[in-house]
Amino acid sequence: MTDKIKVDARGAFCPGPLMEMIAALKHMNVGDEIEIWSSDKGSAKDIPEWVKKVGHELVSNDEREGYWSIVVRKAK
Amino acid sequence: MAKKIVIVGGGLSGTIVANGLCRQLREELSSGSVTITMLGTSDKHLYQPGLLYIPFGRIRESELFRDQRKVLDRRVPYFIDPAAHIDVEKKTVATKSGKTYAYDFLVVATGSRIRPDIIPGMEEGAHWFYDLDGARKMRDTLQGFQGGKVVVNVNAPHKCPVAPLEVTFMLRDFFAAKGVLDKTEITYTYPIGRLHALEPVAHWAVPEFEKHGIKSEIFFNTKSVDAGSKTITSEEGVTLPYDLLVTIPPHTGHQVITDSDLGKGGWVPTERNTLLREGSSDVFVVGDTTNIPISKAGSTAHFEADTIIDNLSSLIKEGRWARNYDGKVFCFVETGLNSGTYVWFNYTTPPNPGPPSQMIHWFKLAYNRLYWLSARGLL
Ligand SMILES: Cc1cc2nc3c(=O)[nH]c(=O)nc-3n(C[C@H](O)[C@H](O)[C@H](O)COP(=O)(O)OP(=O)(O)OC[C@H]3O[C@@H](n4cnc5c(N)ncnc54)[C@H](O)[C@@H]3O)c2cc1C
Repeated sequence: MTDKIKVDARGAFCPGPLMEMIAALKHMNVGDEIEIWSSDKGSAKDIPEWVKKVGHELVSNDEREGYWSIVVRKAK
Repeated sequence: MAKKIVIVGGGLSGTIVANGLCRQLREELSSGSVTITMLGTSDKHLYQPGLLYIPFGRIRESELFRDQRKVLDRRVPYFIDPAAHIDVEKKTVATKSGKTYAYDFLVVATGSRIRPDIIPGMEEGAHWFYDLDGARKMRDTLQGFQGGKVVVNVNAPHKCPVAPLEVTFMLRDFFAAKGVLDKTEITYTYPIGRLHALEPVAHWAVPEFEKHGIKSEIFFNTKSVDAGSKTITSEEGVTLPYDLLVTIPPHTGHQVITDSDLGKGGWVPTERNTLLREGSSDVFVVGDTTNIPISKAGSTAHFEADTIIDNLSSLIKEGRWARNYDGKVFCFVETGLNSGTYVWFNYTTPPNPGPPSQMIHWFKLAYNRLYWLSARGLL
């Protein structure tokens, strides 16, 4: 069974959205998805960059009202 | 019937909550209409930030500990009997010794723990200072260190966001004082694309690293350590050789949280303003063990604890909510063995640290002593 985890990291200055995502991925199974909300523009760039580097899968990256919703699938 | 408050965990946040409640619920405690019980793991209270100074021989071990019963208000019975299972439906906590405590309000304050065991090779190959045994071993190794490649490796998630940078600058000063700096190369690795989670701290660290010749490797999430060949490899595919590996291991919450199905990784889903467990109106969560996306630090624990004290006593006395937590975090940052800076932020105010000064370093040292007053609720 695959799970979808949601992390609301809006207004999270430290450790911040990417670090929250890295931490959450450690407790997910391959194939599970994580949706992270971030109000920080930098993360909308950093998260996809890191996901590509490590080899997970970027499912979507959408700008909403005042924040970004980024969905990533754990690939390994 | 007396209202029963049970606090699981007698570290910083649990102790502040217990002592604060004793002050606010003085009459209720003396009339017996409220009881507060604490479950913990040890008769000693450890001052964790002091561990940073152990490897450098800058603090005596005895300064790190106080008797928990002396730090805690004497109206709170304290049992060294760890919680084994928390049942939020039945409102009970079962302990290791087989006892069961029923509660009307529960405060979960079990903190976080280092898990070098979850990274292959890390226990064998690395040093750390996040627990006393590790800090002692690191002190012994530093004594004999004659120079070489030093890797300071940071893993996510971890408590005390500033400790990794602090230990890097302190190592540099230590090697300089020991006269081995010219034979030493320090490389600092960090999980995300800059030197620190806090953007202004990361910016500040760049020229500091350059000035002190400290190298860095960003986007480095540890995959494995090979103690035989003395190398550390990242998920991103980078391998670094080391002579001395100092790691901030990844953390999880405590076993009782996962065993009770209260949160993956031991992190309890917690509403960020009320600090109530998601789905509960009688379970507060405080300190490192929440899943709130903010720093796991003593100051976070302190500000959260203050909010819970106000709300829990207001609920008991008047049946109403007092106030919300605003996400406040405050951190002193040691920038060497003799200088420091500080930073604060909350959910809506970004951080902005001032320039480092010797005075702030002295503040931090003073704060080290003030910890005990703060745990006792006098600050
Ligand atoms: C080296 C180091 C340096 C640090 N420096 C700083 C700093 O400079 N500034 C700062 O703000 N913070 C710092 N911190 C972080 C700070 O110490 C923690 O964030 C803080 O202690 C968190 O408080 P807590 O109550 O959540 O957890 P803790 O203080 O860790 O307390 C949790 C308690 O729960 C107990 N427990 C666990 N499981 C159970 C169970 N099943 N039943 C009963 N009890 C249980 C544990 O034994 C522990 O006593 C540092 C930490 C370290 C390790």
